Amino acid sequence: MNRYPIWKYAIILVALWVGSVYTLPNFFGEAPAVQVSAGKSSVKVNADVQARVEAALQAAGLQPDAITSEGASLKVRFDSTEAQLKAKDAIQHALSSDAGQSSYVVALNLLSRSPSWLSALGAAPMYLGLDLRGGVHFMLQVDMDAVLTKKAESLAGDIRTALREKNVRHTGINRVGQTIDIRFRDATMQEAALRVLQDQFADLQATASTDGAEQKLVAVIRPEAARRVQAQAVKQNITTLHNRINELGVAEPVIQQQGVDRIVVQLPGVQDTAKAKDILGRTATLEVRMVDESAEARAAEFGTAAVPFGDERYLDRNGQGVVVKKQVILTGENLTDAQPGFDNQTQEAAVHLTLDAKGSRIFKDVTRENVGKRMAILLFEKGKGEVVTAPVIRGEIGGGRVQISGHMSTVEANDTALLLRAGSLAAPMEIIEERTIGPSLGAENIAKGFDSVTWGFIAVTAFMCVYYMLFGVFSSVALAVNLLLLVAVLSMLQATLTLPGMAAMALVLGMAIDANVLINERVREELRNGAAPQSAIHAGYDRAWATILDSNVTTLIAGLALLAFGSGPVRGFAVVHCLGILTSMFSAVFFSRGLVNLWYGRQKKLKNVSIGTVWRG
Amino acid sequence: MEFFKIKRDIPFMKRALVFNAVSFITFLAAVFFLFQRGLHLSVEFTGGTLMEVSYSQPADLATVRQQIATLGLSDVQVQNFGTARDVMIRMPAVKGQSSAQQSEQVMQALRQADANAQLRRTEFVGPQVGDELAIDGLKALAFVVVGIMIYLAMRFEWKFAVAAIIANLHDVVIILGFFAFFQWEFSLPVLAAVLAVLGYSVNESVVIFDRIRENFRRYRKMDTVQIIDNAITSTISRTIITHGCTQLMVLSMLLFGGATLHYFALALTIGICFGIYSSVFVAAAIAMWLGIRREDLIKHTASKAEGSSDDPNSGAVV
Repeated sequence: MNRYPIWKYAIILVALWVGSVYTLPNFFGEAPAVQVSAGKSSVKVNADVQARVEAALQAAGLQPDAITSEGASLKVRFDSTEAQLKAKDAIQHALSSDAGQSSYVVALNLLSRSPSWLSALGAAPMYLGLDLRGGVHFMLQVDMDAVLTKKAESLAGDIRTALREKNVRHTGINRVGQTIDIRFRDATMQEAALRVLQDQFADLQATASTDGAEQKLVAVIRPEAARRVQAQAVKQNITTLHNRINELGVAEPVIQQQGVDRIVVQLPGVQDTAKAKDILGRTATLEVRMVDESAEARAAEFGTAAVPFGDERYLDRNGQGVVVKKQVILTGENLTDAQPGFDNQTQEAAVHLTLDAKGSRIFKDVTRENVGKRMAILLFEKGKGEVVTAPVIRGEIGGGRVQISGHMSTVEANDTALLLRAGSLAAPMEIIEERTIGPSLGAENIAKGFDSVTWGFIAVTAFMCVYYMLFGVFSSVALAVNLLLLVAVLSMLQATLTLPGMAAMALVLGMAIDANVLINERVREELRNGAAPQSAIHAGYDRAWATILDSNVTTLIAGLALLAFGSGPVRGFAVVHCLGILTSMFSAVFFSRGLVNLWYGRQKKLKNVSIGTVWRG
Repeated sequence: MEFFKIKRDIPFMKRALVFNAVSFITFLAAVFFLFQRGLHLSVEFTGGTLMEVSYSQPADLATVRQQIATLGLSDVQVQNFGTARDVMIRMPAVKGQSSAQQSEQVMQALRQADANAQLRRTEFVGPQVGDELAIDGLKALAFVVVGIMIYLAMRFEWKFAVAAIIANLHDVVIILGFFAFFQWEFSLPVLAAVLAVLGYSVNESVVIFDRIRENFRRYRKMDTVQIIDNAITSTISRTIITHGCTQLMVLSMLLFGGATLHYFALALTIGICFGIYSSVFVAAAIAMWLGIRREDLIKHTASKAEGSSDDPNSGAVV
């Protein structure tokens, strides 16, 4: 009765083999490497790039351990950190020779030392979380209200243009919060405007009303359009963050949307955390607006009068006020490139901007129509606007080339260019969660987690072997298999392993032994009640099974709750916890039974079972 | 080896009233401390900045406090973390100042005094996230309670489900009471530990309930009290050994896991100790008072029990 058919042993062998193969990469450790990946979607990392990298390394006299090309990136492995750093410089230099600006991201990384046949099987070491490898974690919240306000502002501008084209006269268009108010003198114009809005602005829902003697149209953004605009804004912010991080040169950045309005950024292995925070945390957006040159506005510039309606007052770098119109002519969206440089005449540090086709056209029109007037270029950082420069327009500027200069240092020009080049954010963001873990702390955490698991494991198996003799040995082997399978599954799924995850591993081992204790106690009890050894084993496993299932399901319910509602460290704990419960069902019941069957099952006249003391009352 | 040679069933249920009184008093004490002192919530829940700074020599907390005080930050807590050389600094969030600026400022001040000071870790959590985490924690707790009750009600009977949940929620409250009394830091990993304990000690009650069901089926002449006593007596050996093994693991975490896992392991330790108590002495007693009867369980499983003619133990019953 204690025999397994061949196929059950086959399952066990396959599970052990798969488990060993996928666990193996974790033992090889990691080697320093340089990773080359594309910084723009237009460039590809291909054989050509590989040849250039190889040539560069040869020229520098560096011998790489291995060069692997996987997907969109090229990884070059070295035996020492020193060689890695030298190689990074050499490769960066070789790839950025064209025009000084690189379209590739060259970053330092760690690569598994496991042999190529393992990698070919898709076996990789466990993916370590930031608390184990060091790095930065950010959670950013996108200001969704600001997205809509901005959209309303730009729609108001579009309405103004559309009404002018159709010769619909109005007495004013204003954005109030997220709605747009349009006023008219008579009802015919109101009706005409309503038709224009219905024809050309599908995103808006306009309602006509009368406000005293004036006719009014109130337009609001339709809910579905609002949702779409917000989704696009988050998407654009993610793209922008990608670009900025590419500028930083991080090997395996994680940038994910979380929920409706949040973005999680993880930069493993980043050493210069201050710089990363600075670049990411800065939410610079560029806006071009006209300076209001009316008499009231001039007065408001010096702070002696109220800012006129429809205007806003910002300070320039010297602390002097500039009153600009609320209407935005251009935003950073129309920017294709920004490079630091110097002004041709004054030799001041400057940023050279290149605009896209739409931006160039608008810029050309505006400069032609406003010769002699002043135009302000504003940079918004963290919600605060600053006038970078407000030059007088001398003539029409075509070709989409614009230069910003004005009391900037070279460093400032560099940073501004980087921020602008990296793209503007569609909506302001705020860091609502941040974690920085130094690399030494990560290594220490690994050691601590590892020690906890090892010593706990040794203590439990030692006790089991002493208390239950051979059955204890079986239980211990099953526990080891549980650990093996758990590590294999984690490696296979590439689930993120964190310190709480390692704690869960230890805890799950402590809990998994429960199944074996239940079985062993049951077998002892059956023997105590006078059952024959073979039937005692059989009954012990059979009867314990229902209990094991019940208790594991309840534990799993708790695990799933943590997985569903937990975040950050809790989720890391829950993943390992749930997986561990599942693997323990296999190892503690199915596998350990296999061992017992193999050992005792063939002996027909079994007299004794080595399961420790069976006392008889 | 055998630790438990118990010849006669221990009459646990005779003393049920005493056990329940004991746990009720502990429970009340825990609730009292929870309200009186409150939980010492970590930055994750309250929002704010946390910094871990490591020095080459044992750090003098008083001077570190003084250095930070010069920056004009209020409500700053400075304490040792793990070793005497590691210092943990907690600061509430300041409006209009990012955590990056805040931590940089502090680091600058600390480096001026001791150039070897090294920033090991910073953590910043905005206040809106903290509220969400607290709500998510409660949601998870509700999910666990409802999920386990539904499962137990299906597998056993609603009386068992109610008994198990009451017994084990009382564990959770007691753990929280300990954290409130000693003002230990309640962080996200501790919350995970608390919920894991809930699942773990329910599993304890399940083992005993399983035995009660089996006994109802096997010993037709025993009354409910005898059946419960027998079930607890025959499972006590495994209860203590299992908990001992889990505690060995947790102890290893407590010893080797460092400061980060300290409170996590501590919560588990308390949970495991009270888990034994509540599932052995409390859960069964509550189930008894709720009036479990043989008929409640047998009608569900009657067909199954009769059908298992291949059960090799049908003859083993003496």
